[in-house]
Amino acid sequence: MIRKMICITCPRGCHLEVDTETLAVRGNRCPKGEQYGKTEVTDPRRVLTSTVRLEGVPGACRLPVKTAAPIPKGMLFAAMDALNGVTVTAPVAVGQVVLSDIAGTGVDLVACKQF
Amino acid sequence: MAEYHDLIVVGGGPAGLAAACAAWEKGVKDILILERDKELGGILNQCIHNGFGLTYFKEELTGPEYAGRFIRMLYDTGVTVRTDTMVLDISPDRRVQAVNTHDGFLDLKAGAIVLAMGCRERTRGAIGIPGDRPAGVLTAGAAQRYLNIEGYMVGKRVVILGSGDIGLIMARRMTLEGAKVLACVEVMPYSGGLNRNIVQCLNDFDIPLYLSHTITDIVGKHGRVEKVVVSAVDENRAPIPGTEMEFDCDTVLLSVGLIPENELSRTAGIEISPRTNGPVVFENMETSLPGVFAAGNVVHVHDLVDFVTAESQRAGRAAADYLAGRSVSGEADLELVCGDRVNYTVPRKLRLANIDKAVGVFFRVNKVMEAGTIRVTDATGAEVAAFRREHLAPGEMEQIQLPKVLLEKTAGPITISVEEAKEE
Repeated sequence: MIRKMICITCPRGCHLEVDTETLAVRGNRCPKGEQYGKTEVTDPRRVLTSTVRLEGVPGACRLPVKTAAPIPKGMLFAAMDALNGVTVTAPVAVGQVVLSDIAGTGVDLVACKQF
Repeated sequence: MAEYHDLIVVGGGPAGLAAACAAWEKGVKDILILERDKELGGILNQCIHNGFGLTYFKEELTGPEYAGRFIRMLYDTGVTVRTDTMVLDISPDRRVQAVNTHDGFLDLKAGAIVLAMGCRERTRGAIGIPGDRPAGVLTAGAAQRYLNIEGYMVGKRVVILGSGDIGLIMARRMTLEGAKVLACVEVMPYSGGLNRNIVQCLNDFDIPLYLSHTITDIVGKHGRVEKVVVSAVDENRAPIPGTEMEFDCDTVLLSVGLIPENELSRTAGIEISPRTNGPVVFENMETSLPGVFAAGNVVHVHDLVDFVTAESQRAGRAAADYLAGRSVSGEADLELVCGDRVNYTVPRKLRLANIDKAVGVFFRVNKVMEAGTIRVTDATGAEVAAFRREHLAPGEMEQIQLPKVLLEKTAGPITISVEEAKEE
């Protein structure tokens, strides 16, 4: 079966056609597009970004965070539940792990801003 | 006696940060940034999603990370910053009046100015949606700030009007936080946002996108939004009777466009383009006022912060050249004119003496095209240059480089137009 999709690796948004059996990718204009097309039909993943509770900073109450790598698309809501209980107290540095192995994905949740 | 600075940058978002850093690197050692928020970084601070920096840093960063890198670069310079400071007025002789609670009223004078005030969202009033006036109708960016910075959830059942990038990003963000986003409604036959955002913000979460539809009524008799009526529109964007759909919701988010914020530019007497609502700029981002430069979303609304950075560095370097007497002010040698399918160009005026090897020109098309050719023609209609493109859309800014050697041979004005490739 041929699956049509739009590559989200960069803003160009190539229109891809991926053969779900042979994993052949057409329509990509760079190697990243081929990789995206393959992963998207076998194991679609997304970087999750959100915020967690922040304490110890006057005038700020949320710390922006992201998963250090893409996690399986089906795990996004489980990961949201997991990070909901996290509280970080300043000081915090960019890249600092605030929750390791989020929702059993093997991926860490890291801070995106210094406070 | 006014406090003097070689360069005053108005706005400490991505444009102001990049302009200040670039000017510092080119030798300006007395720079002041005036920022009205309590911290630097501008709107990037509330854009917690990723996708920033692919062009500039060659990696995918979140908004706060992108801003953080430039704030760090700035800390390595001697640039002075005053936050919580509101600029009230800029005069043609580069006097800047500002106010904050620490210094009170500030009377400043600058050798050069970079305007980097960014843009503002269009509101319900700007597009005139009929209906009640309940709570729960807010711009997508306001909701983004409430949610990501202040930590408030703004609604449970949401309809989004407009498919601009902020609206799409908020559709995903609200869904992840537990809200039900019922629909994204776009009056145009195409989305105003990037393709990738349609995919990862709407399609990933099965949020329907209604193209050529609009909200024709907002109902909320008891203080809060209760439902909206959505209708299909015809090719003239007029609602078609009989196509009404009702959505029970408590929140309407508006993502219906951004307007460059140019109150200060206007009172300073700077020429504003009716096409972009931003200052008309020369090749080096200088406005109609000599020594006053502008960059970023205050000039024209960008899709990608990476391009804001590049444009603002151009402005910062040009301000440094101006201060050192290395650049030419005054009239343009060539003007750029919008031809078929081109909505605007930035810059609009060129002075060849200030162009090194080539000048980058940003523009937007007014139609989605599978493929097309960008044609650059001179006053006689003769072709100066042509660029082939695969996919052109109003939501995606285009850029071409015009080599100086070609421009020197050209009898102006120069027209930039796009010819759609014929279907085979």
